[in-house]
Amino acid sequence: MSKTSPDSTESTPRFTVGDLFKRLRTGNSGLIPILVGLAALVAYFDIRSHVFLSAANVTNLFIQATVFILLGMAEIWLLLLGEIDLSIGFVAGIGASTAVILVDNKYHWPVLVVLPLALAVTTLIGILHGTLVIRLRLPSFVVTLAGQLGWAGVLIFLIDHQGTGGVVSLHEKVLADLVNGNLTPMWTWIVSVGAVLLAAIFMIRGQAKRRAAGLESTPMAIVALKIGSLVIAALVLVLIFNTDRATFIVLHGMPFAIPIDIFILLAGSFILNKTKAGRYIYAIGGNSEAVRRAGVNVNRYRLLAFALAGFTAGIAGLLYASRLGGISDGIDGGTLVLYAVAAAVIGGTSLFGGRGKMIHAVIGGVIIATIYNGMALIGMSAATQYIATALVLLAAVTIDSVARRGNGTTR
Amino acid sequence: MTTTPESANSQTGNGSGVAPSKKSEHLLSLRGIAKHFGAVQALKHVDLDIPAGKVTALIGDNGAGKSTLIKTISGIWAPTAGDVFWNGEQVKVHTPGDASSLGISTVYQDLALCDNLDIVQNMYLGHEETRGITLDEIAMELNTKKVLKELSVSTVKSVRQLVGSLSGGQRQAVAVARAVMRDTQLVIMDEPTAALGVSQTHQVLELIKNLSDRGIAVIVISHNLTDVFKVADRLAVMHLGTLVSSGDISQYDTTSAVELITTGESKGAPSSLASSR
Repeated sequence: MSKTSPDSTESTPRFTVGDLFKRLRTGNSGLIPILVGLAALVAYFDIRSHVFLSAANVTNLFIQATVFILLGMAEIWLLLLGEIDLSIGFVAGIGASTAVILVDNKYHWPVLVVLPLALAVTTLIGILHGTLVIRLRLPSFVVTLAGQLGWAGVLIFLIDHQGTGGVVSLHEKVLADLVNGNLTPMWTWIVSVGAVLLAAIFMIRGQAKRRAAGLESTPMAIVALKIGSLVIAALVLVLIFNTDRATFIVLHGMPFAIPIDIFILLAGSFILNKTKAGRYIYAIGGNSEAVRRAGVNVNRYRLLAFALAGFTAGIAGLLYASRLGGISDGIDGGTLVLYAVAAAVIGGTSLFGGRGKMIHAVIGGVIIATIYNGMALIGMSAATQYIATALVLLAAVTIDSVARRGNGTTR
Repeated sequence: MTTTPESANSQTGNGSGVAPSKKSEHLLSLRGIAKHFGAVQALKHVDLDIPAGKVTALIGDNGAGKSTLIKTISGIWAPTAGDVFWNGEQVKVHTPGDASSLGISTVYQDLALCDNLDIVQNMYLGHEETRGITLDEIAMELNTKKVLKELSVSTVKSVRQLVGSLSGGQRQAVAVARAVMRDTQLVIMDEPTAALGVSQTHQVLELIKNLSDRGIAVIVISHNLTDVFKVADRLAVMHLGTLVSSGDISQYDTTSAVELITTGESKGAPSSLASSR
């Protein structure tokens, strides 16, 4: 329990290389260890399979990751509160089937009506779960466990009711293109450069404001380093996406799913980091009684998090239906929810509330997709895939718990 | 009122139930406060004056009614009977909101901090400053630094440290700083030093003195008489739901204080509602 020597508030602490190592040890390193782990996985699969790092497969991997990423983000809203939603896979399924049935099948509603409607349905389901948890003071674990069974039943009812043999296929172009469509290579460049530029401006401006106010700020060198790695990552991805990945036709450009992921990531991070609602969601996960005594309507923000989880799950459902080219009554929502929680936790979000970020679902989702995709490529059985994912999840939780202990004493 | 000796300033009336004089120098006056929980009478009849800018130590054995009394003052519940006067005016304190709008802040024993948030975020919890819909982090951080500096809290390394990584004394300091940040005139502290080591207790006692130097009245509940005699200007002793004695700290010593705590009476000790200076 040795305390680092208490300095005066006046002395402005500067971040040094030594600090960086301390941060690594205490779990405040951010994403670096997880990214190192991802790099190791990628290196392994690259050695084992020549196809793994091909443009076609990497693009495919990102599309596979999309559903894990979005469901992971949905789950993070609740994990931050210290709650969980076990039904999120089937909630996504309900959103997907609502959209597919109404937009296609015998109804042919306009897609611009159907997509918001499907999202409204899943948001309402989230609100329903939240209301049961808040008003009846039921544990979210149990409410959403019931939800997992209940919504699976509703899903089967909806789809079987169409009389199309347990599968409703999707022909509507916009919805199908959510995942299968691509930006042109030109737009891929524009979107990527634009995103990196925006990020760079926000980072530099944020630090400049702090400096102007006389507050300690991250040195420019580190900001430059962050922006530099962002530029490199974006460049690599653009080059991959813009490579022609088909044999007989020309197929290139960034899949639409990627900008959708990025948009949801930015919107979610904005709410969590920049608004009162986000602040209260973290605070409730830390000590909800303290938030209540501070005069905050705790239940309003808990309900908001449930609604946002439902909404995000709805988007995941739409992309899932788009990728599958329809929806079947056999979708495995139970496994999806496990991948969602795993994505969040592998990325670094705590299962016990109060700690996590939207970006965690992105990293975790990509890691799960990498395992899923790479193992299939090198011909490992489903059994091995499950076991490997389980081991990664266990490792992530262990690192998390060790880091938390380190965090309590130093820093 | 059975064990309460006749009030010393009874010429102003019959002791209890009478409003304090209009030009009262008392910040807070309680008259005949009672609180029942069903058949249980937690507070029988409490008359207490809290002068501005002074540290009043509230002592008493477990179950004497100290916590019930401060929860009544801080609006956790309304009293069953009795009147509350704030700067001589009769007021109703029925919700925590009533108390905080008067300028009463309470630091509970558990401190009500979020370990996963940093110092700035905890200081502003529930009262965040915003620009449009976004949080104004810079303004909050600057003001947090200012408040901590004014309170001479100099042991925290960075105001962006997570509260979970602070020592007990530092956590207490953050909770107190939060309590006084918004125009507070009375801070109530429940056992602020109960879980602290020697040097951290010292820090917290310094902090309490600092508050009263700045003109803020403080009510401290404590079981530690050494601390009480170090920091308090006035003493109020409770026994079985009544206030048995109150007065200037110089009128007491450890022996009489212990006697009052255990038996409710002591020869030579001031009675309840003795002259406040």
